[in-house]
Amino acid sequence: MRINPRIINRLVRMGLNVQAFFTVGILIIIVAIIFFKGFPHMSFAFIFSFPEDMGREGGIFPSIVGTIQLALLSILFATPLGLGTAIFLTEYTRESLFTKLIRFGVESLAGIPSILYGLFGFIFFVIKLKMGWSLLAGVLTMTIMILPTIIRTSEEAIRAVPRQLRIVSYSLSASKWETIKKVVLPAAMPGILTGIMLSIGRAVGETAAIIFTMGSSLRLPLSVMESGRTMAVHFYILAREGISMEKAYGTAVVLVLSILLINILAYYIMNKAIARYS
Amino acid sequence: MIDRTVFKERFVKWVLVAFALSSLLFLFLIFLFILSEGLPLFLKVGVKNIIFGFKWAPTKGYFGIFPMIISSFLVTIGALVIGAPMGLSCAIYLSEYSGKKMKMFLKPALELLAGIPSVVFGFLGVIYIVPLVRNYLGGSGFSLISTSLVLGVMILPTIISISFDALVSVPKTYREGSAAMGATKWQTIYKVIIPSAKSGILASFILGMGRAIGETMAVIMIAGNALKIPGSILDPLRTLTGNIALELAYATGDHRLGLFSTGVVLMVIIMILNYIANFGIKRKIAK
Amino acid sequence: MDTKISTDRLKVFFGKAQVLKEITIAVHRNTITGFMGPSGSGKSTLISVINRMIDFENNVRIEGEAAIDGTSILDGSINPIELRRRVGTVFAVPIPLPRSIFENIAYGPKLKGTTDRTSLHHIVEDSLKKAFLWDEVKDRLSTSALKLSGGQQQRLCLARTLALKPEIILLDEPCSGLDPVSTAKIEDALSELKSEYTIILVSNNTKQIARISDFSAFFYLGELIEYNTTEKVFTTPTESKTEDYIQGKFG
Repeated sequence: MRINPRIINRLVRMGLNVQAFFTVGILIIIVAIIFFKGFPHMSFAFIFSFPEDMGREGGIFPSIVGTIQLALLSILFATPLGLGTAIFLTEYTRESLFTKLIRFGVESLAGIPSILYGLFGFIFFVIKLKMGWSLLAGVLTMTIMILPTIIRTSEEAIRAVPRQLRIVSYSLSASKWETIKKVVLPAAMPGILTGIMLSIGRAVGETAAIIFTMGSSLRLPLSVMESGRTMAVHFYILAREGISMEKAYGTAVVLVLSILLINILAYYIMNKAIARYS
Repeated sequence: MIDRTVFKERFVKWVLVAFALSSLLFLFLIFLFILSEGLPLFLKVGVKNIIFGFKWAPTKGYFGIFPMIISSFLVTIGALVIGAPMGLSCAIYLSEYSGKKMKMFLKPALELLAGIPSVVFGFLGVIYIVPLVRNYLGGSGFSLISTSLVLGVMILPTIISISFDALVSVPKTYREGSAAMGATKWQTIYKVIIPSAKSGILASFILGMGRAIGETMAVIMIAGNALKIPGSILDPLRTLTGNIALELAYATGDHRLGLFSTGVVLMVIIMILNYIANFGIKRKIAK
Repeated sequence: MDTKISTDRLKVFFGKAQVLKEITIAVHRNTITGFMGPSGSGKSTLISVINRMIDFENNVRIEGEAAIDGTSILDGSINPIELRRRVGTVFAVPIPLPRSIFENIAYGPKLKGTTDRTSLHHIVEDSLKKAFLWDEVKDRLSTSALKLSGGQQQRLCLARTLALKPEIILLDEPCSGLDPVSTAKIEDALSELKSEYTIILVSNNTKQIARISDFSAFFYLGELIEYNTTEKVFTTPTESKTEDYIQGKFG
């Protein structure tokens, strides 16, 4: 039996439609569940008070502080390294064996799963460099993890800056570095910021690499050599060890909400930048 | 004056070279330390006894991870069975059917899905998927099928965005040519666009596999972590990543080395997958 | 009349292709010299040697000599950044930097180390006046330069070049995208400026060259075919190729 191709066409169209909305539906369902279940357990006190009895009671303040410390310090290290790499790759060399090697390095870093970063950070920073489970060990591990994202987004943003702007700057007696500093980087800034925001989002949500480097101490880390617990790790421990479902949901709301906001901000910046170029 | 600007330019350049080399340095350090911790046990216990060994009892000198290797592949294939058709059809919808406004809504939504932390996926899997499987299919619910379902959703963003790029880069003339011959849209997609975007779509599947096999937190929450090869899709299992994450916190001595050996095997698998996706397939596109 | 810019058997190769063939020319001080010729004639390449912007092209080989005030500019000891302060350039398409009008003009002086606000203001006002743009923008110096019209943008680019206080100004088809009114304004500005600067105007527009230049050079396929006062080149050219080009038989 031969079915009319036009009917098949219609059916396929409908099927794909349903599929696409189903995928988005998953996102909406996830966010909705977290919000509906979690909001009743979230409050001002929950955010700003210390946990008691392993997190069974009280709030999540130290883990919020720990998350912010981890994300900001990692960005502080990774941004100069990543941006510098991107500038080198776009402005200072032509494609050569050397750039291919660096690109291979960046791609490989991007492909390594977080548990292997955890293994590496654990043996290298925690054990061999004797940092112990500490904020510093977590930050350094996270720095390496987010480096590829920063390099890629910065490189794309820098490449999108029109070549003529550079030529004009040179013709006005600017050196290469002056041109990069005063013309290229300002023009590429929105794209670079997007990369930084996405990296912050990644640091906030990461668990496997962090739990074995930064540890899971519930105290507020007051120095980089102390262990701390991020929201993601706290949430994992609450849920996995069945400590408190209410507190787990409450933590999840804060966690998911902050990641959503960070990512939405990242795309907002990017879209504004695209609008500016075109 | 002249010397100072020249000196500054050179200084900047060398600083940037050093920064660029840092990625390679980090990669080297990661390899060095995982291998130097993970390889000794292969020499001591024997490659065969680790990779093809069935028994994992590290405190008693058994380091067999064969069931975990098989389990890792099973959940990965399971994730692909679920994620590949969903992801590909989504990508087709996005590139061929959706309007501009729809795209403006769908693409960011997918990126946000990619941003949801894996612990959240694991948690929701435990709360909703595991009981569902337990009640309707049987077993404990902590199983191959539950894990595959969750991983399948988690790899969607990877599959969609890379196959979308592949579909979009098919030249417009191909579409027009096919439409001019009287083909319906679906015939054009099925017979012209998908074949010419084949290698990119394949790459998206392989990179999706890479993500699934490396996924850790969601897996240890849902998989049940039993130390044997699952006999059915309802049986629990332990993956390579799960093995590391479950025991690293308290392992010492040879036990810890065994976890690094597990890491070495995982790293080799990931490297091979990434190599196939990045080089094998990209080169084909270039031709 | 003395010579400002000179080249001696200058040859330029892009890879294996020779784009300039033994160019020997002497451009006179405080004049406007028009470089004309069809595309591919090498006129733009020649000016990119004079400002050393050719450094940014790949795979270039230069032979022969080029000099300003008798001093070689191809010598290794020459700092191209210093050179570009003496040789200002205005490109075919006006490309303002994505910042304010004021900042566009102050860009060059700031690089040179002028940071004091009053001197900068002075330079900006002076340059804009010389480029016949001051009256149109004096009330909105802090608005984005991208908001100016095409003709205004090109005069901004001219003012930006003047702010470097150069000795030489190179203009590479500066009016190719402009309307007649804007073109006239640029031409007026140039005629005023030649008392202070040595100007080279590259153009495909023979009428423009005839209108404002004192000397004219005709290039064809990398060769300098004819070079003389504009009057002689346009009334009694010695080469038939020049005559054909001026009459619009090709180009």
